[in-house]
Amino acid sequence: MGNVDRALVRDVGAVALASGVVGVSFGALAVAAGLSVWMALFMSVVVFAGGAQFVAVGMVAAGATPVAAVFAGLLLNARHLPFGMAVADVLGKRWPTRLLGAHLMVDESVAFALAQREPGRKRAAYWLCGGMLFVAWNLGVVVGGWAGRTVGNPELLGLDAAFPASMLALLLPSLLPPKEEDASEGVRLKATKGRRVALVGALIALAATPLLPVGVPVLLSILAVGVALR
Amino acid sequence: MTLLPILVLAVGTFGFRIAGPLLSERLQLSERVQGLMSMATIAMLAALVATSTLIVQGGFAGWARPAGVFVGALLAWRRLPFIAVVVAAAVTAAGLRLLGVP
Repeated sequence: MGNVDRALVRDVGAVALASGVVGVSFGALAVAAGLSVWMALFMSVVVFAGGAQFVAVGMVAAGATPVAAVFAGLLLNARHLPFGMAVADVLGKRWPTRLLGAHLMVDESVAFALAQREPGRKRAAYWLCGGMLFVAWNLGVVVGGWAGRTVGNPELLGLDAAFPASMLALLLPSLLPPKEEDASEGVRLKATKGRRVALVGALIALAATPLLPVGVPVLLSILAVGVALR
Repeated sequence: MTLLPILVLAVGTFGFRIAGPLLSERLQLSERVQGLMSMATIAMLAALVATSTLIVQGGFAGWARPAGVFVGALLAWRRLPFIAVVVAAAVTAAGLRLLGVP
């Protein structure tokens, strides 16, 4: 993998570490909600979507029916469909890599791929991030499940701010005009469009949040693409 | 949470994940549409940033988290290394909470 350099490993490692600590808190929550450690791990391996796992387990613990919990989790994960259309090239055409790559599709791996320009680096960033997060998340869940509630409060460590900040840092290359003087007009125009789309998308999601169930506002933000059509 | 709902959630989630690559192959998307798909990704990631910064369980997340994200954003905009952005955001939020900011 000539496209994996030390900086990429370090950046992905930081995100994986944060995700591992959040995994610890999921493991603790799941066990507190009555799952065995192994069931919590099984769920994390086969679902591998932190937000949906928290929502589903939290809802069942709060007395919701499993059907409602699964529905809420699926609504939250529907964004992976448009994500998948955007990273289809990264996953390639071979079935084994496509199936495995699809399972490793999370916000972070998509954002890391988006932040790279060359196809080779996109692939490297996607697989490295998806793989490292998968390992860190599931390890975290086991640790949290065993240790219970005493360790790993992500808020105390400020990790709830680390997730949006890392997503934003990965978005910026698509939003800021490139530093190089010789950057083509097309690249500049794309960054301008990207800024408008990001701003409108964020506003749509925030405006829709009080009105619609979790997951739908983020899907609705796709409408912001309309401002890039002109 | 029993095995069945977990399996349904897993299968449904994987369905969403694999549908994108399959659809984009079947539809033979033009370069223009592919450009719009990456714009859609930008819109959704920006929406995730906004909602995960400001909102917890339908209400305001408190000031510590957005303050941390703001500091991180400032450093990212100044083109500081990614790891500095992430650490600064976390340290700011954690520090503010130590001082009693919610």
